[in-house]
Amino acid sequence: MKALLPIAGVVAVLAAVPLVVHSNVVLNFLVVTLMIALVGQGWNMLGGYGGQYSFGHAAFFGTGAYTTAILQVHYGVNAWIGFAAGIAAGAAAGAIVGALAFRAGLRSSYFALVTLAVAEVLRILASVAPITGAGVGLLLKLDVRAQSFQFQSRTAFYFVILALLAVSLVITRLLEQSRFGVWLIAVRENEDAAMALGVDTFAVKLGAMTLSAAITAAAGCFYVQYFLFVDSGIAYGTWISIEALLTPIIGGVGTVFGALLGALVVKSLGEGAKLVAGDVPGLDLMIYGAVLIAVIRFAPRGLVGTVADAHGRIRRRFATAPAATGEAVRG
Amino acid sequence: MVEPLVEPLLAVDTVSRRFGGLLAVDGASLSARPARITALIGPNGAGKTTLFALISGFLKPSGGRICYDGADVTGEPPHRLARRGIARTFQIVQPFAGLSVRDNILVGAHLRHRARAEALAVAERVGHDVGLHDRLDRPANTLTVAGRKRLELARALATEPRLLLLDEVLAGLNPSEIRDVVPVIRALAARGIAVLMIEHVMQAVMSLAADVFVLAGGRIIAEGGPAAIATNPAVVEAYLGHGAATKVGGARG
Repeated sequence: MKALLPIAGVVAVLAAVPLVVHSNVVLNFLVVTLMIALVGQGWNMLGGYGGQYSFGHAAFFGTGAYTTAILQVHYGVNAWIGFAAGIAAGAAAGAIVGALAFRAGLRSSYFALVTLAVAEVLRILASVAPITGAGVGLLLKLDVRAQSFQFQSRTAFYFVILALLAVSLVITRLLEQSRFGVWLIAVRENEDAAMALGVDTFAVKLGAMTLSAAITAAAGCFYVQYFLFVDSGIAYGTWISIEALLTPIIGGVGTVFGALLGALVVKSLGEGAKLVAGDVPGLDLMIYGAVLIAVIRFAPRGLVGTVADAHGRIRRRFATAPAATGEAVRG
Repeated sequence: MVEPLVEPLLAVDTVSRRFGGLLAVDGASLSARPARITALIGPNGAGKTTLFALISGFLKPSGGRICYDGADVTGEPPHRLARRGIARTFQIVQPFAGLSVRDNILVGAHLRHRARAEALAVAERVGHDVGLHDRLDRPANTLTVAGRKRLELARALATEPRLLLLDEVLAGLNPSEIRDVVPVIRALAARGIAVLMIEHVMQAVMSLAADVFVLAGGRIIAEGGPAAIATNPAVVEAYLGHGAATKVGGARG
């Protein structure tokens, strides 16, 4: 339980924001930021903890988004049931792609390319298939009732996405403390060594990918409820794949708060630039690129990782002074 | 002294492995028994590490059978063999570089202990057994070569194996470090573990091993007690070249 205290603290602070801020612009910004943080949190599960860098998490975001949208638009299914179905469909997509890619033994850049290709194929299919609204997209009926997962106020949406993010943070923390998480990190660090120690690396990677896809799909479902519209470019577009990996890499891969911190930084910079320079197309992407280069050059473990490293160095300096002399004697 | 012969825990039966045109292991047979140290020696390129990879499941044999604890385990993947109780170390150490020493050992400990607290306790104890207790919270990549070899050993031990494959754990260590590690290995056998070790440090082989198998050119050319192996002409020839046995013998004679 003690391990969950930092999460409780961060969530409490975020939950207090609407009490102070009433601006719809700011709330909208925060809703989108937390949604991106959730997307990144999903990616982080597989990429950060498992070391499998996906370049196509749009496949899961989009599958979640389209599943709930199609169920509601074409079949009149309740939005909350659609939400659950979207998460399940995203998880299934993750399991299928994972099973194929990992069974084929794809690693590093090959895995990245296959995930990218899957997302692109889905995007093209969605842009022509009638069920996804082809080039027009799907528009959800306006029905502002809580039982339809639609709210009048942005504050309500804010609390929903915050709750989803909180759940993902707790899952991540519990994962870190579990045998599955220990094995997943072992796979990231050295697959052969993990195998020799009895880790079923295929099963571990597959489990991580399924969980990762489910979390990212939840963000896709939320997107549909919030904007009431989805098309192939939004659902399966490269933009979401990029944000999925950008936020945890900048914030700190394989850390609980990395994706959240990364999303806050990236989105603030993007919005800040828009305020200063006006709505120049592609400006936010240029800024993302610059930040990414800076982080890789100066803080390869991300913002959280760099802070943790510095903290660890200081602690070790104080802790190991006697141990260091012991080492010298032995040597 | 006549030692009671226990049934072998591991029986490798005429196992072969071909890489394209190269027959790296050619009908090799050997066995390892509980509570004994068995050494696998041979010149460089003899196929020792390949044979280890076959036993631990990292490579599949092209022919032959591997039996462990009475079951045919030929071709089983490494993680399943580890679950059965076969652990190995790597000749080229493979630490989880980004993790602390404790977390490295924890990965192995989790094999038999799901609960984190239990696994941590096992990791702590094993770390102590191999003499890493003062370095448990250090990142693994800050360890010296000797430290990394100990870590390899600790991780393997944390899986609580019945058969332990050690691939040159003494290589790269200085004589005083070797003196530190030898008793650790001896203690493992005393605990009942079947230890099968590849080793180039002959002094250690002679003092540790009860049985020695000699691999050359992928074939087992000799087996027996260490004293008999040291004077076996085929072994001397394998190491020093054709005709060496008579020269050495002649010089002695």
